[in-house]
Amino acid sequence: MSGEPAQVPSDSDADAETGPKDIETGADAVVRALENAGVEHLFGVQGGAIMPVYDALYDSEMTHITMGHEQGAAHAADAYGIVSGEPGVCMATSGPGATNLVTGLADSNMDSDPVIALTGQVSTDFVGSDAFQETDTVGVTTPITKANFFADDSEAVGTDVGTAFALAKRGRQGPTLVDLPKDVTKGEASEDPGEPQTPSTYNPPETAEPESVSEAADVLAQADKPVILAGGGVIKAEASEELREFATEHEIPVITTMPGIGAFPEDHDLALEMAGMHGTGYANMAITLTDCMLAIGTRFDDRLTGGVETFAPDAEVIHVDIDPAEISKNVEADYPLVGDAKAVVKQLSTAMPHAPEADSWREQVQEWKAEYPMDYSAPEDEPVKPQYIVERFDEETADDAIVTTGVGQHQMWACQYWTYKEPRTWVSSHGLGAMGYGVPSAIGAKIAAPDQEVVCFDGDGSFLMTCQGLSVAVREDLDITIVVLNNAAIGMVRQWQDAFFGERHMASEYPWVPDFDTLAEAFGARGFRIDTYEEVDEVVEEALAYDGPSVVDAHIDPGENVYPMVPSGGDNGLFALAEDQL
Amino acid sequence: MSRRDEDRRQGLEGPEPEERKRPVGRRNSQGIRVDPEVEAEHEPRRTIISAYVENEPGVLARVSGLFHRRQFNIESLTVGPTQNEGYSRITLVIEEPEPGIDQAKKQLEKVLPVVHVRELDNKPVARELVILKVNGDEPDKVQAITEMYDGQTLDAGPRTVTVQITGDESKIDDAIDAYEQFGIREIARTGQAALARGEEETARVDETHT
Repeated sequence: MSGEPAQVPSDSDADAETGPKDIETGADAVVRALENAGVEHLFGVQGGAIMPVYDALYDSEMTHITMGHEQGAAHAADAYGIVSGEPGVCMATSGPGATNLVTGLADSNMDSDPVIALTGQVSTDFVGSDAFQETDTVGVTTPITKANFFADDSEAVGTDVGTAFALAKRGRQGPTLVDLPKDVTKGEASEDPGEPQTPSTYNPPETAEPESVSEAADVLAQADKPVILAGGGVIKAEASEELREFATEHEIPVITTMPGIGAFPEDHDLALEMAGMHGTGYANMAITLTDCMLAIGTRFDDRLTGGVETFAPDAEVIHVDIDPAEISKNVEADYPLVGDAKAVVKQLSTAMPHAPEADSWREQVQEWKAEYPMDYSAPEDEPVKPQYIVERFDEETADDAIVTTGVGQHQMWACQYWTYKEPRTWVSSHGLGAMGYGVPSAIGAKIAAPDQEVVCFDGDGSFLMTCQGLSVAVREDLDITIVVLNNAAIGMVRQWQDAFFGERHMASEYPWVPDFDTLAEAFGARGFRIDTYEEVDEVVEEALAYDGPSVVDAHIDPGENVYPMVPSGGDNGLFALAEDQL
Repeated sequence: MSRRDEDRRQGLEGPEPEERKRPVGRRNSQGIRVDPEVEAEHEPRRTIISAYVENEPGVLARVSGLFHRRQFNIESLTVGPTQNEGYSRITLVIEEPEPGIDQAKKQLEKVLPVVHVRELDNKPVARELVILKVNGDEPDKVQAITEMYDGQTLDAGPRTVTVQITGDESKIDDAIDAYEQFGIREIARTGQAALARGEEETARVDETHT
């Protein structure tokens, strides 16, 4: 346990020489707190109540990226946090600025992504009077942030920001918010807020109890049908390497959740890829029939479990999580191991007496991979299949290329038909399922990793929600490729209408979508269009080669739906491979 | 290139759902592995949870919001300052199945100003205060009932009598029943406040939180 907060560094002589601007106001302290935390980039939109903070940023070395909409600022910060592992920072003014952040913060909260939001607020003497652009931002965001603070003291506001930063990163990660009244940021301050510190009451566990670890290791070693279920927590804890070693040494098949994609290389023999609603058939067979599941850093979301009554009903569950409240929340843990995933996997590795003797299970798993391969048909004379486009981009990009997505059918195809090999290369909105995540997340990912290729798969519906972000990509000259898998519909809704609402396509078809390639050109980006298989290779090559933002308007088969599929609340083992199995 | 040959069957293939291997086990709706032959849901039970919290603005809103948003079945919630300046004690009575009680405690612990949470299971000292206003037509009878329940008369006039009763929950319920005959005009109940019995700790208070 390391409950001790980091020590505040004393002002060094070096500082005095290079001479950072003296702290005169609360806003200066806010900026200094961010600098002390090592922040390099901020995503936001200017506005009345946040102006003092922006003014203080004028003299800072940090780069502010002005977004087209605050939702984009929050999503960009979220993606920045996923890709870099360091909290992304988003800024907005009071009232509408802050409420526009809400979708992004709710998304970060569901996915435990490290994000800090700084919001302007009306002056404290106006608070509560329904003043112009006033919203109770702390009240609005309480259910969707890990912690939030109303700053009421100019001298303490820098410390508030530091605390928010530390809390976003430490323990179970998540979004934090500091609401900054204008008089507080304009008010006098002089103290350097020092390095970020968490409150003394916040002491997340690090390692699990050794007795529990050895008990769990014994159970796993004796399993006949073991699996590892790797969640987003594996990536957050930087435990991918440890997981690979552990699974390979003990030859245990690895399933991932959607946020866990990239935690284990999908081209590995032991990889079963993603389980759940649109998971692979083999992952869902294995997750249903396993007798011992080592679940690491997952919260057993319903999109993964289906109905809990039929979720791994034969399995003893060993659950590793840093948040005690996740233990037995949705699925009972027989062996809870509360601690940091990286530390606990190391503990387990030491405690394992031997690999499970499970040769017939390993064979069975390989048989399922052969029985239920991820595949699709692609007749030449029909419209282009989206899966093919995803595969072609995968083939033409490096292993560490980052994929970001919007939300919908395209997201699932990007998940299923791209082979992820590295952590922090899959950036998506999982728990909240926020349409519009695609374009801003591509911006945030590219800012975080300028040397890695960024491909964003978006849907026509999702793209339309945040396509104003293209102006940002053009202004910042970001080399990102946005592939709109265009089926002229909110395709996932239409798929559900096909399956469960008698093909009544109420409000799901988008016959009026613009030409996205022309739209891209209007923004100053490059636009490409795909209508036939013949065009795919050339467009893939040119779009990737173009050194700047490009948009590929890929007209795909509107009749193509996402399979396999487990209906909501269904039994994972009974996944449907086509509509007639639903 | 993994485009399929045209002569192959459309879409994904594999055994039909009914041809696949099936597990023998079962879980209940609470995610707990159960005997496949027996129905086993946890029945709700009532319990008292005590939380020692830092006295910062909004802490009660955070706690009540948490209980509302996670749909915990809350019976009463009381809050008041403690002997330590800057700290308050919240007493919650909830009725939930076992997993819900467990989850409520864990979620409460996650609220930042909450220092410590404990379920009081060993017959805690629990008391509630009620103030009742009844019609004053039969003051003697009202007085008799008040004495029976060790209550006090707080206000008596020609038309109304207002009394206070303190005690455990069942005593208060009984007293309210007894006053029904006079016609109850208004009731204000505080909800339960509770401490663990004897030397047992209610919620941890170490030297850093006093």
